[in-house]
Amino acid sequence: MKNTIRQVFHSPKFVGGFVIFVAILLTMFIYPLFNPGNPLQQIGVGTFAKPGTYVSLYDATKTTPETFRLPEADENRLAASLSDEDRVAMVEYFTAMGIDISDLDTGDTDTLLQMWEDNYDPSVRPKGMTGARVNYFKRLNNSLQDLKGGDTIIIAEEGEDGALVESKSISTTDYVRTGAVANVKTLPLGTDNFGRDVLKELVSATGTSIGIGLLAGIVATLIGLTFGLLAGYLGGFVDDFIMFITNIFTVIPGFVLLILISYSIGQEQRGAAVVATVIGLTGWTWTARSVRSQVISLRNRDHVNLSKLSGHSLLRIILTDILPYIASYVVMAFILQVSSGILAEAQLSLLGLGPRTTEVPTLGLMMNWAMLYSAHTNGSWWAYFPVILVITLISFSLNLMNTGLDQVFNPTLRD
Amino acid sequence: MNEPVRVQKDFTNAPLCLSGKGVTKVFGFGDKKTVAVDHVDFEFHEGEFVSIVGESGSGKTTLSKMLLGLSNATEGEIFFQGKPRDISSGHKKKEYWKGIQAIFQDPFSSFNTFQKIDTVLLDCINMRGGKGLSKQEKFNMMSDACHFVNLEFKELTNKYPFELSGGQMQRLMIARIFLLKPKILLADEPTSMVDACSRATILDMLLNLRDEIGMTVIFITHDIGLAYYISDSVYIMEHGKFVEYGKADEVILHPQAAYTKRLISDVPKIHEEWDLSTVDLHA
Ligand SMILES: Nc1ncnc2c1ncn2[C@@H]1O[C@H](COP(=O)(O)OP(=O)(O)O)[C@@H](O)[C@H]1O
Ligand SMILES: [Mg+2]
Repeated sequence: MKNTIRQVFHSPKFVGGFVIFVAILLTMFIYPLFNPGNPLQQIGVGTFAKPGTYVSLYDATKTTPETFRLPEADENRLAASLSDEDRVAMVEYFTAMGIDISDLDTGDTDTLLQMWEDNYDPSVRPKGMTGARVNYFKRLNNSLQDLKGGDTIIIAEEGEDGALVESKSISTTDYVRTGAVANVKTLPLGTDNFGRDVLKELVSATGTSIGIGLLAGIVATLIGLTFGLLAGYLGGFVDDFIMFITNIFTVIPGFVLLILISYSIGQEQRGAAVVATVIGLTGWTWTARSVRSQVISLRNRDHVNLSKLSGHSLLRIILTDILPYIASYVVMAFILQVSSGILAEAQLSLLGLGPRTTEVPTLGLMMNWAMLYSAHTNGSWWAYFPVILVITLISFSLNLMNTGLDQVFNPTLRD
Repeated sequence: MNEPVRVQKDFTNAPLCLSGKGVTKVFGFGDKKTVAVDHVDFEFHEGEFVSIVGESGSGKTTLSKMLLGLSNATEGEIFFQGKPRDISSGHKKKEYWKGIQAIFQDPFSSFNTFQKIDTVLLDCINMRGGKGLSKQEKFNMMSDACHFVNLEFKELTNKYPFELSGGQMQRLMIARIFLLKPKILLADEPTSMVDACSRATILDMLLNLRDEIGMTVIFITHDIGLAYYISDSVYIMEHGKFVEYGKADEVILHPQAAYTKRLISDVPKIHEEWDLSTVDLHA
């Protein structure tokens, strides 16, 4: 027994999978300590804020600034404020003016602005250009001049007599340290469609999904194991009866059954635990089948016969003479059940038949929300891609552990 | 050099211990039908050492499973101590197994590899109603049993059966029988998978045990020379049928069936004293 465990932990595949899985589990437990609170709290009013660090503008203006004269400051400011749309418009203007732009890179802000400086002439109206378009270019030019001009921003407050009084002026060379600003929020994965912190939600969802996988795995393994043991060991009528039920469950595709049951339970009753149980209830058949065939090959072994001759009860024979021999196999089946349980929840939730949405996030629900709010078409990758990555990582680590175990327990597979 | 002394007794008048009428076992059906044991009759007496001899595949193990009550006969009836054997319930089976025990062919698959040797022996004491005995009493019983088969119990505690050699495991099996003291011991080729050295020791131990407990031994073997050496009576089995049976001397020294003659001629040389080459195979 000890020896087997040592062997298992010498299998690189098992250890690889185990490390990834434990890392995921640890994150699940440790991250909430640093970022406590309800993962479903809506912190943003808008949807899909991009990943990054957010500095409170209000608090920043109240923070005492330092003055820095950084050489690239103007350029950076210009580059940041020049939208892709503006860049395309500038190219359009150059073309209309008949300027050679064959080697112009629209991403190169410096050259682009230099060319604009050299070629823009408000008095000329290029051939075929509408008046509205000409005005658009005028506005674009003005805003560029403003940005370069190094104006100050003036903050005014209402004075005693109701008139606005300048309270503070902010120049382009004023800087505040992020640490000195009262409110800074880092959202490594931005916010989702409801304005929730995606990372926080993801960590919580991972926990729930692994929980669902474990519960589904336990239910499926317990049912499959019990049925497989009884059918295989007792044979005869019991075997026929259990195999009849197993066949019924096998003939109806598991996922269809899962959809039907989930649908008939109704949105209100579908908590995470209920969904997990339903997944387990529809996924036990192959465990039962394979346990049964293993038991059939075991039940006529001499050590079982010896145990019978020693007058041991049915229960004792199953528990001590059969179960230990298939334990490694059951562990592997369990790991696969957990993995497929997590995937089943994701599939169900994508169809809108997952756990009811108000209590806890799950990986499937996060994907469902991202899809409903078109995250995949509006470029908000952070709302669904990390979820897919986590599902993949969990499946990958569990399957890797399983392959490792398989190689230890069935050495003939080893190369 | 001690010459083994072969003592044969006549048990024809001893009370019946296990007997059968028309016992048959059929596996499969249709094209795949195998008649492994075909309407055999037998009478084993109390205290007798009986050998069932046959080639591999002749149905010996199948018959032994039926005798042990581990599988049901397709046809025929088995009598235990003269009365029809009733093992229809779990409780009755348990009672029957107090009277009949077995040693199997392959010692390496006979033990549960997850159970310690202590458990194996303790189970035997419990089965004989020794649950209430003190620790010391149980320890003494297990030590005695191990002593009988030349093992040291102190060295075996907390060990697993697979840590022993094949010969030691078969001896442990005999220690089990020593504790259980059944009426009948069925030994299915107990020496065919152990080294030649252990073979003679194990056979001697079986004979000693028979004398000590006074039980019936049903010894299954493919080796007619071995059967001649240790049995009181032999049954020769060919293709599921008993082609010949009787007292060991009568059957082996004056074989009637062609099959028996072939088995005997296949034995190279058993022992100088009982050199079977002198047997007239053409009688
Ligand atoms: N469980 C079984 N199913 C089908 N055929 C069997 C089974 N057990 C034994 N047999 C067949 O019965 C015959 C006798 O086998 P067995 O009793 O093991 O012979 P022996 O012990 O004399 O070598 C063989 O032909 C074997 O193939
Ligand atoms: Mg055999």
